[in-house]
Amino acid sequence: MSALRILVPVKRVIDYAASSSSIALISHSKRKQQSNTPCFTGQTPRQQSPNGRRNGGVKHSMNPFDELSIEESVRIREKKSYPHGVSDIIAFTCGPPKSADILRTAMAMGADRSIHVETKDGDEIEPLSVAKLLRAVVDKEKVDLVVLGKQSIDDDAGQTGQMLAGLLGWAQATQASKVSFEGDGKGVVVEKEVDGGSETTRSNLPMVVTADLRLNEPRYASLPNIMKAKKKKIEKITAEELGVDLGKRLKTLKVIEPPPRQGGGKVEDVDGMISKLKELGAI
Amino acid sequence: MASIIKTLRPAVQRATTYTARPALRTAGARRIGQQHARPLSSTAQRRNEAVDISEIPPTPITHLSEIETAMADSVSKFASDIIGPKVREMDENEAMDPTVVEQLFEQGLMGVEIPEEYGGAGMNFTAAIVGIEELARVDPSVSVMVDVHNTLVNTAVLRYGSAELKKKWLPRLATDTVGSFCLSEPISGSDAFALATKATKTDSGYKISGGKMWITNSVEANFFIVFANLDHSKGYKGITAFVVEKGTKGFSIAKKEKKLGIKASSTCVLNFDDVEIPKGNLLGEEGQGYKYAIALLNEGRIGIAAQMTGLALGAFENAAKYVWNDRKQFGQLVGDFQGMQHQIAQSYTEIAAARALVYNAARKKEAGEDFVQDAAMAKLYASQVAGRVSGLAIEWMGGMGFVREGIAEKMWRDSKIGAIYEGTSNIQLTTIAKLLKKQYSTS
Repeated sequence: MSALRILVPVKRVIDYAASSSSIALISHSKRKQQSNTPCFTGQTPRQQSPNGRRNGGVKHSMNPFDELSIEESVRIREKKSYPHGVSDIIAFTCGPPKSADILRTAMAMGADRSIHVETKDGDEIEPLSVAKLLRAVVDKEKVDLVVLGKQSIDDDAGQTGQMLAGLLGWAQATQASKVSFEGDGKGVVVEKEVDGGSETTRSNLPMVVTADLRLNEPRYASLPNIMKAKKKKIEKITAEELGVDLGKRLKTLKVIEPPPRQGGGKVEDVDGMISKLKELGAI
Repeated sequence: MASIIKTLRPAVQRATTYTARPALRTAGARRIGQQHARPLSSTAQRRNEAVDISEIPPTPITHLSEIETAMADSVSKFASDIIGPKVREMDENEAMDPTVVEQLFEQGLMGVEIPEEYGGAGMNFTAAIVGIEELARVDPSVSVMVDVHNTLVNTAVLRYGSAELKKKWLPRLATDTVGSFCLSEPISGSDAFALATKATKTDSGYKISGGKMWITNSVEANFFIVFANLDHSKGYKGITAFVVEKGTKGFSIAKKEKKLGIKASSTCVLNFDDVEIPKGNLLGEEGQGYKYAIALLNEGRIGIAAQMTGLALGAFENAAKYVWNDRKQFGQLVGDFQGMQHQIAQSYTEIAAARALVYNAARKKEAGEDFVQDAAMAKLYASQVAGRVSGLAIEWMGGMGFVREGIAEKMWRDSKIGAIYEGTSNIQLTTIAKLLKKQYSTS
């Protein structure tokens, strides 16, 4: 067996800490200009943030679940948890030119190099298209482990990893909270977050793993590593070169906000609760 | 007579343009030969050769390079996640948490400008300024530790240290050894060159005796740059810089000060009781210490200015979030009253103005231009804004600002030091006025 080649797809999303009002603003204006888009990535109105140097848009950063998958890949290398070591960690993104920033972040955290499929600012790429791009990269780069975030925090589709595993015909372990390798260099044991507990699965490489929150705590890119990342390569490649059509297959019919919450009522005692439930027709 | 005037005219015209448009005056060699001027802050020592920036298209001062932006993001995240939860506790305990110091080293924040070959990050000066500002938004105490270590200590070794000193100390300063800069004494502060600490030559090196006061980082530090006079008969031209390690015989911390603000940053009285150090611990050349101190403090001032703008931003954001999200009175958010909004707008405008001064001073320094006046103006104004905004922020928050929870009252206490250390506000004003007079006086 040879050393592991890991692919880590990452996505540029609105920073999770960006204030809710600015997000509301974006989703609102977005709906006006593009009624067929269900989420609020892409074009953002010019907005002054509290920090003067981030003006020109709401702050974006790497999807938090993708930080976990980068961290996990780097730890597999650092902790030598795979018996034959890790030879390559490739960060991949499909997004507008500014997405290069998060590839730099990924490389500052420890990825060796990057691949960027550039799209126009504001283009929405569907999970199936991304999965097809990833399949092409897996073939091209002879990848044997793909670690993805379980979902992105903008459209929350949570589909890309599963679709990729399906396209490749590989085993998949989703919502991973722990990943370990067996001594034979083939077996991978993954603890997965499931409703009400965790599930342990075992499979052989090659494989697709998606990361859940408890998998690890991502590091902060240190200053020397930020400098080193500057020297690492970002390879730009087009969807055509990978033989993938990014055309849309889905049509969004309508986007509505969830209805405002109704205030609840208090009951005095058990009898009160029972009569209330009867009144509502629940029992 | 008329012909004389005619021949004189071009010169007269030139003189008029000269004074009328002072901003366009080129930073020339006008400061050379001024290095011995007494007040500490007034001389420009141009170490870096000026870079020709005439071909570079102008950009907004707030524009940062890709590296600086990445650094700001990483440091900002680190500061709020890791340092943030410890700020109150460290302030109440009046002590820096050792794990914070350790993590500052791990993040590379203690060797921002130290080249990669010595284990540092090899970044530029403005990157250090960005880092100091981001840290101060969360905790000005942590920020000043990083500031003194980077802009004074590391720069001193990088610029004036011998090859051996660099080889021995830069890797340690980048990875595990906190540095401290010892200039002030009981009898000398603004009048730094009146320092009384004495150095004498011995067979193997030097012997230092005397005392230092108000020394930042002294509890955490293992590496001290000490200014002492090697020959009092020469006055300030006897001042020389030395390297002293903690644990050297005769060196001791006499007392740790209890302070109004930046309580987690240590400030101590140091004793030097015939401290013997080897020859190799001479920093730079004998008798050049006063020049080094001036040059370092001129730059260091930009760091303090950045600390103060960071502090102001941190206090502002903390209060703005509260008045625009949490606190309601008379049926509306208190931040929606016009009386509040005008104060908030005024404060943010002042912060933006201070930051423009800070970043402009940093960029001028990087371009090798004369930045002494810019640094003095930045530090003066940033510390004033920090005091004003952090004070108002408490009022905006009302009771929640006044209690010793959160950071509001702490930021205000911390802001006071900005008008005092690395040149008091009066010294900055003196420096600015002196340079202005030079520019405008015709005699």
